[in-house]
Amino acid sequence: MTDNAVTHQQVIAAAASPAPTVAGTGQRRASASGTPFTRALGIATIIAMAVLLLFGLFLSPADVVQGESVRILYIHVGTVWVAYVAFGMTAISSAAFLWKRTTSLTWDRIAGASAEVGVLFMALTLFAGALWGRLAWGKFWVWDARVTTTAFLFISYIGYLAVRGLGGSHQQRGRRSAVVALLAVLEIPLVHFSVKLWRGLHQDSSVADTTHVKLHDLMLFSLFLALVAFTLLYAWLVIHRQRVMAMQDALDDKGLDYALQQRRREGDL
Amino acid sequence: MFRTARLVAAKDLRIELRSRVVTNQVLPFAAIVMVMFAFALNTDAVVERVAPGLVWLATLFSLLILVQRSFAIETADGATDAMRAAGIDPAGIFLGKALALAAELAVLEIVLLATAVILYRQDLRASGVVLLVSTFLAATIGLALVGTLYGGLAAGVRGRETLLPLLLLPVVAPVLIGATRATEAALGTAGAVVADGWPWLGLLGVFVALFSVGGTLAFGPLIEE
Repeated sequence: MTDNAVTHQQVIAAAASPAPTVAGTGQRRASASGTPFTRALGIATIIAMAVLLLFGLFLSPADVVQGESVRILYIHVGTVWVAYVAFGMTAISSAAFLWKRTTSLTWDRIAGASAEVGVLFMALTLFAGALWGRLAWGKFWVWDARVTTTAFLFISYIGYLAVRGLGGSHQQRGRRSAVVALLAVLEIPLVHFSVKLWRGLHQDSSVADTTHVKLHDLMLFSLFLALVAFTLLYAWLVIHRQRVMAMQDALDDKGLDYALQQRRREGDL
Repeated sequence: MFRTARLVAAKDLRIELRSRVVTNQVLPFAAIVMVMFAFALNTDAVVERVAPGLVWLATLFSLLILVQRSFAIETADGATDAMRAAGIDPAGIFLGKALALAAELAVLEIVLLATAVILYRQDLRASGVVLLVSTFLAATIGLALVGTLYGGLAAGVRGRETLLPLLLLPVVAPVLIGATRATEAALGTAGAVVADGWPWLGLLGVFVALFSVGGTLAFGPLIEE
């Protein structure tokens, strides 16, 4: 598309130095994605993670049945929570982008950033879950409805990210990926339902159902701590990623302007 | 909308009848896949047990090829752009292409079922005919709908055909599960009884209902660029 004359370096240089920003005047550089709020959020995340480590690894007791392997669940439950929150956020943002009264590329970027974080945490979930499964059940994988649906979600959102990378204008990207995200919302319950019908060995979550299983108070506390810590991490990652995406989009736009300028200048010669 | 759909479907089928790509390339591909399955699974007993699943798996692989073929004829000469420029209803294009794809799939499935009867020793039984026919109808329509939907998405961008399997296969998983179980019930594979098949047919019905509405709504935004 862009050929010879304009090098990538030049484009970046042109885009990274917009007129109003003056270097060396103590003004914040336009290329940073941090604000006082995100810095505070980042520090809160680090503290929450440190406390989670303390509780998860040292203060909470080992499980009567599962032994020390129960500590994997503080990661597993935290990451799967974030992954589902992220995919939910992607769906909501996609709907907001498609709805005419709220349409804005910011929604599209939030959807994309959230999906990226979701895919990452889904990978971690599957990995931690497989390790835990090997210890608890003796196998890395069981064809249980929830496990299988999770794997499908993972693949589906990798596909979603691929659709985002197809190219075209930002509006095209937004519309295309929003439609795909909403179709995924349509499809996931159906996949879950059909796998459930196919394999009936679903184990219902044991935390919500406190009549049967009584978790040690410290374990329960660590579990909720994990949810808080990972949610903070999610928010921090998405805010930053979303801002970086906005910068990338701006870079694309400005890069095009810059290339056009160059061409016009060539014409003048 | 329905008139457009009929015209688009007739056009697609006429192209296929004249070019014979489906009969001369896709059908032999599906047949060789069925033979290869037997090589991989080795023993007769295993092949006989899993035959309905293999029929649907071979259908899915062929679906990928059929969908790409269906949209290759649209993008080659910018036909989609021309249709859009002419102000043709995208919902009509969607339903028309899905209809043509369903017709091609139906031919393919009949051949695959016959292959299963011959190579994998499946028995057709009278009590299962109604279930078998309705299962094949529902699954065919469902596959054609999602195939057209995601095919339209992947076709919009040149050189990204590799995306189609990644997007399409996770979506059609419920069809694979539902159609395989229902077919097992209809054919009586591994002693399955016909009555077991009806809930699975219901699942296919839900799939068709969901994607006929969702696809008709989503296809327009997907191809308008």
